[in-house]
Amino acid sequence: MITDPEQMSALLDAIRRFVIDVAIPNEDRVEAEDEVPPEVVAAMRELGTFGWSIPAEYGGSGLTSEELALAFIELTRCSVAYRVIGAQNAGIGSECIIRDGTQEQKQRYLPRLAAGELLGCLALTEPDAGSDATALQTRAVKTPNGGYVLNGHKHYITLAPIADVFTVLARTDDRDRGGSGISAFVIERGTSGLTTSGSTPKMGQEGAPIGEVFLEDCRVPADALIGGKEGVGFSTVMKALNKQRINLSALSTGPAIRMLDEAIAYANERQQFGQPIGDYQLVQAMLAESKVEIEAARALILETARKRDRGEDVTLDVSMCKYYSTEMCFRVADRVVQIFGGRGYTKFRGIERFFRDVRAFRIYEGTSQIHLLNIGKRLLAGQN
Amino acid sequence: MKVLVPIKRVVDANVKVRVKPDNSGVDLNNVKMAVNPFCEIAIEEAVRLKEAGTASEVIAVAIGASVCAEQLRTCLALGADRAILIETDEDAQPLAIAKALAAIQEKESADLVIFGKQSIDADNSQTGQMFAALTGMAQATFASELTVADGKATVVREIDGGLQTIEVTLPAVVTTDLRLNEPRYASLPNIMKAKKKPMDTHSPADLGVDMAPTQEILSVEPPAERQAGITVESVDELVDKLRNEAKVIS
Ligand SMILES: Cc1cc2nc3c(=O)[nH]c(=O)nc-3n(C[C@H](O)[C@H](O)[C@H](O)COP(=O)(O)OP(=O)(O)OC[C@H]3O[C@@H](n4cnc5c(N)ncnc54)[C@H](O)[C@@H]3O)c2cc1C
Repeated sequence: MITDPEQMSALLDAIRRFVIDVAIPNEDRVEAEDEVPPEVVAAMRELGTFGWSIPAEYGGSGLTSEELALAFIELTRCSVAYRVIGAQNAGIGSECIIRDGTQEQKQRYLPRLAAGELLGCLALTEPDAGSDATALQTRAVKTPNGGYVLNGHKHYITLAPIADVFTVLARTDDRDRGGSGISAFVIERGTSGLTTSGSTPKMGQEGAPIGEVFLEDCRVPADALIGGKEGVGFSTVMKALNKQRINLSALSTGPAIRMLDEAIAYANERQQFGQPIGDYQLVQAMLAESKVEIEAARALILETARKRDRGEDVTLDVSMCKYYSTEMCFRVADRVVQIFGGRGYTKFRGIERFFRDVRAFRIYEGTSQIHLLNIGKRLLAGQN
Repeated sequence: MKVLVPIKRVVDANVKVRVKPDNSGVDLNNVKMAVNPFCEIAIEEAVRLKEAGTASEVIAVAIGASVCAEQLRTCLALGADRAILIETDEDAQPLAIAKALAAIQEKESADLVIFGKQSIDADNSQTGQMFAALTGMAQATFASELTVADGKATVVREIDGGLQTIEVTLPAVVTTDLRLNEPRYASLPNIMKAKKKPMDTHSPADLGVDMAPTQEILSVEPPAERQAGITVESVDELVDKLRNEAKVIS
């Protein structure tokens, strides 16, 4: 749903200008310094990226799912690091609090997350609990004064090395091995017993660190429990991820559009055998396949977003979006490296960076296999 | 202090324009339009003056078809307080625009009028100067730095061979150069606020201005296609080519 088309097009214009004027010219620097420069973060604050999905009553923009998808497609025609830093708050960094937080929790965190004063992150994955997230072993034990003591170890947590606010999933009921024994907590950096590692070396997405979170006798007050209720944390995180999957699909489509733009320009410019390589039909086919798949992803994402805005159940749809868009993005990346030939493999045109950056999309927030399983399971259960 | 900022709707700077087949102009069908970049710098400067407490009100004004309201809304989102649209379907040319703006200035009595130094569509660089002549206001063109205090504006101008600093007495006209500032981005909350800000519409007739074009465009041609370069074998060959083919040295 688009609340106001004129307003939306003004926002998309502002985002496009940021991408062209600020984000793209700094891509090499972000990779070399492994950091998004402070002035670029300031420009994203100006744009309001941090609060796009946070309700207006808490200082955000309260975009609908469709508006958020359009904004994310526009914002991500540049290196992935920018949106991780600038827009994780408009996704998994805040969504659990928005979904199920108490009034107090919302008031305490959302305005500062929306303004980009605090960086939020979601700590679910553990060394022995990846795709099987309900197997998580971090424990939260209630103390006589009503608070909790947490012990456990999280890894691969986006922004953990620099985040200020952690949504942590931990088991409050030891006898319950499944999702209903899990609770969600919001914990601030500085809380004694919570420490983080440095940045974990990885294939790409330089500038957007991931890392470990250690909880060692980490004591939190009772009001750190999201929603004030035990045993619903897994449902909270699933609701958040349900929305996030539309976001991630949009975040996978912007890079594909950018790569295709680069490939079209290069196909017109690069000459071999006396003519532009774009004159060869085998090259045209790679461009055409990429364009068709990008538009198919965009159509599926926007339709799913509209459905969610109408209040319909989109659990099956978001799995389709996440699976298709992330696989599409990597296929486009692979073709674009091919079109650039040797220049696609070298460091000089930024193409190999995209190839490495977007590879992660098929792994996090549910691997492609997990989404296929989910789609298959739902089809067989008669959801068609 | 009141600041008036005339702005123009032009083809977005990132669009590659195509000349129409009949050479009557460039094709504007389905082309993305935007606020002229120099006008955006003018708005930014005015808004900064307001934020610094120097200016009390910033008014954006545009002349053209009703769609120019889009660009005025952008200016309101960037921080202008209100907007004026002089609506006309005529092809507005610099002298007529300057006259219409002079009529607005008559009503508004702004202390400072900040123009872009030129618009990126026709690159005339005339409107600000014509407006200054029509209103009898002092003018400081191509500003790369602007300081306003005690009824005066100090303007650093980019000229061939360096920088020139001049002082003009208000009310004055300033036209902006590229390096005056870096315009901000409109945030969504500000885009939303812009919808509620006032926008008045006038017709040229209300203002007693005749918009009929006085110039006729005979033909618009695309720039010549650039020839592919070549690699030369030696300095001697380069010198020879520069002398005999390019004829840039003798
Ligand atoms: C860059 C990056 C950022 C991340 N950020 C976060 C974050 O912010 N917060 C967070 O909590 N987590 C985060 N993660 C973790 C991510 O969600 C997990 O890596 C992901 O869920 C997969 O878990 P795993 O790595 O343990 O792989 P595993 O679950 O061990 O999977 C290994 C392989 O086995 C396959 N597999 C597993 N189970 C099945 C099955 N039943 N059927 C078929 N195949 C199966 C998988 O598809 C995969 O191919 C991030 C990961 C990366 C790489």
